[in-house]
Amino acid sequence: MATPPSVIGTQNKKGQTYTDPWKLLHEAPRTPSFFTGSEVIKEAVRRSSCDVMIAYPITPQSEAAALIGELFAEGYIGDYFRGESEFAVMSQCAGAAFGGARVFTTTAGPGTMRAMENFPMWAGARLPIQMIVTCRGINSPLSIQPDTLEISYLLNTGMLVWHAETAQDFFDWILKGYLVSEEPDVHLPLALCCDGFFVTHTKDVVNLTPADMCLPPYDPYRSPVPCMDMECPPVRMMRDPFVMKSNYISYATHASWQQEIWAAIERSRKHSIHWLNGLIDTENVDAEILIVTSGTAVSQGREAIRLLEEEGVRCGLVKVKTLRPWPEDEIREATKNAKHIFVPEFNVTGWLAKEIRATIPNPHRVHAGPHVCGGMTMPPEIIVSEIKTALGMKSFSLAGRGS
Amino acid sequence: MISKYRVLPGPEHFLPPAAARMGIQLPNPGEAHINGVIAPEEKAYEEAARQFLMAKVPTIFPGPLVLWAWNEKAAKKATAIRHLYNILKECVQPGQKAMLIPMPDYRPKYPKINPEVEINPNHPNLTIWHNKIDCCMFVGVHCHQANLSLKIIRGGTSCYTIAMCAQAGHEDAMLSFRDASVEKIMRLADTIKRLKGTVQPRLETAKSSASS
Repeated sequence: MATPPSVIGTQNKKGQTYTDPWKLLHEAPRTPSFFTGSEVIKEAVRRSSCDVMIAYPITPQSEAAALIGELFAEGYIGDYFRGESEFAVMSQCAGAAFGGARVFTTTAGPGTMRAMENFPMWAGARLPIQMIVTCRGINSPLSIQPDTLEISYLLNTGMLVWHAETAQDFFDWILKGYLVSEEPDVHLPLALCCDGFFVTHTKDVVNLTPADMCLPPYDPYRSPVPCMDMECPPVRMMRDPFVMKSNYISYATHASWQQEIWAAIERSRKHSIHWLNGLIDTENVDAEILIVTSGTAVSQGREAIRLLEEEGVRCGLVKVKTLRPWPEDEIREATKNAKHIFVPEFNVTGWLAKEIRATIPNPHRVHAGPHVCGGMTMPPEIIVSEIKTALGMKSFSLAGRGS
Repeated sequence: MISKYRVLPGPEHFLPPAAARMGIQLPNPGEAHINGVIAPEEKAYEEAARQFLMAKVPTIFPGPLVLWAWNEKAAKKATAIRHLYNILKECVQPGQKAMLIPMPDYRPKYPKINPEVEINPNHPNLTIWHNKIDCCMFVGVHCHQANLSLKIIRGGTSCYTIAMCAQAGHEDAMLSFRDASVEKIMRLADTIKRLKGTVQPRLETAKSSASS
């Protein structure tokens, strides 16, 4: 095990300079570029010093996966291949990460669900794999349209879960994600989620860092578990594993192991706050009415606030950036003055509203909605309508629009 | 939010919580933590030395990162740990017994380890109970495995735990250094030497929920 010398300032085989991450993200010049979210993923990965990317097609992440294949052809990624299925991809990601590689993959919808068994395994094995989740419908009948229900299934896997609003978030957070998840006291996989199509397939102006600067490579020797030790857990899982023994010590060990995963999520708080400038963003939280949400529902909420202002209704905004770690204290503080808290979501169950209700005092303040799902858009007018109705103001239904 | 939880010798609970989930935070560079409270490193040297000198069976648990000569730095750390152990042996009083028990690897061992010769992260209490260890220091143990052990020890024994961590530290230990180096290990040895004879040893040994 060698202690690697600092590589900052040196160049990789593509001529990119390994750059101090803070300088790369905060001081390096940015170039405005008009890209789709998928193209932005490619550009972030180009700068991530990724060793391995493993792909499998499923809409709406297929385009990003294919574009990263181009990066491999250009020589920016150490290895790239297509797995046999989503389950295989996530297992192969684990193998690459066990071997000490910085790993990237993308997934969506039913593919994420099919691969689900791997995610608690990644977390338990302390593998800092980054997985982009371009959320879409998961249930039958099939929908490839935006729907964030799959995020709720990821919340208790032991992974870090972040929810990007825009393509700019996506670009910055892919790079920052590695910095947080590879910290030795964290060292957990990251599910970096966005609302499929809305972010992946629309074009936006994104400020990119220089293409000739990149993150320093991953140092597997800072891992909190031995790298690729076939004799010890977590790699050694099936030959005399303690989890298979029926005695108090085995149970206690496994319990302590699980606690350690969730402790690592807690430790990620400090690093996430450092790199994301807080776990939430807030605007006008002294208002009595607040919209608290994540993903593209934040953008719709922002527009709804503008429409409400035109009618003399003042409303604040809380953008939840990280779902794991959950910004409990931040949300409690931001909502302390609110009498009404609206949680617009792109899913049928309202999982975010449930999390918020479980976090704050007087949870009856939370109005879970409006909800859309199955690929429906969320016009800002329906958020306005929901708020006005709750406040007892006259509101027109949008149901007949277009008839 | 400042946590009221304190990381103290146990036996704490059937399943004690992870200190991080109770709001205990790791120290920043140049700091340490004592019982979950961030403290200057200077204070931690004094407290660690005091705990070692008070204990009836002060013990160092070196792990794979210093037991194997992975590189020059690991070998130098191993030499420093041996020096720390020798100083500890010199400084304890009659009735006290300094020990050095390795954690050579993390393999599950069945039916059980030999607690006379090693400690295992999956059932560290066996070694603590068998040797009546009432103060121990982890050094050179991978962070995940160290945290695994530290929680189990806190749950089932009254052993005081110290972590000399090469990374970010351990909130599950009662006292933790971070960024451990040869210099820090030597400095702890020097502090023990300096405090020799000034600390009254405890008479009782580690209690456990099993033996009490």
